[in-house]
Amino acid sequence: MALTSNRKDSVAVVGVGMTSFGKLPDHDATSLGIWALRNAAEDAGLSLADIDGLCFHRLADYQKFVQITALSPRLLTVNPGAGRMLGGTMQIAIQAILSGMLDIVAVVYGNNGSSAGARYGGKGDQYGTSADQLWFPYGMSSPGAIHAMAFQRHAALYGTTTNQLAEIAMTFRRHAGLNPHAVMRKPVSREDYEAAPFICEPLRRLDYCLINDGGVAIILTSGERAKDLKQKPVYVRGFAQLSRLAQGELPEDFGYATMQSVSQRVHEMAEAEREDIDALMIYDNFTPTVLFTLEGFGYCPRGEGGSFVEGGTLALGGELPTNTSGGHLSESYMQGWALNVEAVRQVRGELGDRQVRDAQLVQYLQGGPLSTSIIYGSDQP
Amino acid sequence: MNAYAKPLPAINEQSRPYWDAAKAGRLELPRCDHCGAFHTYFEPWCSHCGGEGVHWERLSGRGRIWANCRFHKVYFSGFETDVPYNVAMVELEEGPRMVTNIVGLKHDVLDEMPIGMEVEAVFDPVTPEVTLVRFRPSKRTP
Repeated sequence: MALTSNRKDSVAVVGVGMTSFGKLPDHDATSLGIWALRNAAEDAGLSLADIDGLCFHRLADYQKFVQITALSPRLLTVNPGAGRMLGGTMQIAIQAILSGMLDIVAVVYGNNGSSAGARYGGKGDQYGTSADQLWFPYGMSSPGAIHAMAFQRHAALYGTTTNQLAEIAMTFRRHAGLNPHAVMRKPVSREDYEAAPFICEPLRRLDYCLINDGGVAIILTSGERAKDLKQKPVYVRGFAQLSRLAQGELPEDFGYATMQSVSQRVHEMAEAEREDIDALMIYDNFTPTVLFTLEGFGYCPRGEGGSFVEGGTLALGGELPTNTSGGHLSESYMQGWALNVEAVRQVRGELGDRQVRDAQLVQYLQGGPLSTSIIYGSDQP
Repeated sequence: MNAYAKPLPAINEQSRPYWDAAKAGRLELPRCDHCGAFHTYFEPWCSHCGGEGVHWERLSGRGRIWANCRFHKVYFSGFETDVPYNVAMVELEEGPRMVTNIVGLKHDVLDEMPIGMEVEAVFDPVTPEVTLVRFRPSKRTP
């Protein structure tokens, strides 16, 4: 049998599952992953035993996972907890199916960061090469501080304001109000934003994503197999990733060139233009990231992210509905995974109050120097 | 005298020249033997040209603020009484950018240390072994 003999030509998401979100101290990351995968299998109308590949992200105890689920995976990988590893995790799953090596692959994410006291800064922070020598002694640490600095540069170069950041925080919170699953649902006003304490100035608490516990699982298979399953298949129409860190964590172009490369490839693969995309899911670890990502992926001119988001552009009913779940800022910090589930469910058309009407193509965008984008669509490529 | 409570650098063989120079009041960085790029990491390989091998060179200590922020949250013990404190990324005259603190400000607010402001290195011995390179507003007349 030749290695290429079973090659498939499309990949579809056939099941999505999530835990509840918030403070879940009775579950470790692995337990959260199992909970999410059981929900995803039910959503797909599959039994756990049908799954023949497991790609884990963040949850590290694969032994407990495989023991308790009694699975016998023919693919087992574990990627570490950085949100950027979503891209690589998804890429392995997609490749495994396209190559014909595996039939049904689950990507499983578990995060007990809230209960485990994750701080995203301080000793052990992975941001910054040589940080243990050249950053920590100055008190420099945390992705939040990097984004504060990046925003300051954007403000100095283009006149971007924290008022424009507030717009993003308020819009995503309004979306979360329509999502019973979201951790933070109470609307926030501009006054609330201004009253929130600084974490790393000029960024305030409402510019930062949540830290909470939860798990997410997504089940993928070939387009051919997907036709026989319970849910309407949602096809992975395009996928692209690029990791570039030669300029460190704070590239002088905000990751623009990296994102442009990803953008071009993902649209080419999906055979869809920006104008064809019905909704965006943007990795919103901090509000400034949303601006950099919109610019990097060409949804607005370079430097104009701030004015672009004014006036409800990203709101449901606006020109470009974005993070309809509330995103990391308000729904749940699942390092991109819950946003991918939201994208799939938008394409399925099952989101009720927060459904984007007739959503056929939804794009997931992860910006920065390590960038990923995925376009999900209702039609088979 | 109280023990120094803030993080200290994890000095290794490859970074020791940096810390020895700082102690002597000089800013030195490793420079690629092949393309001349300065590095702000301590490995023998160049991220610019891919070459191997570095030597140490003294820099002027002059630069401009390239990015800034001000910490209100405490991430490291030892900073509890410092918050809010500033951190800047300074672009040195010779090109490389380094993380530092800006000292010598009247109110220690971000408005006093805008992006683009000229700064110069000062050497701050925080322990007998470790001297941190910080920056203050440039005293040169524009």
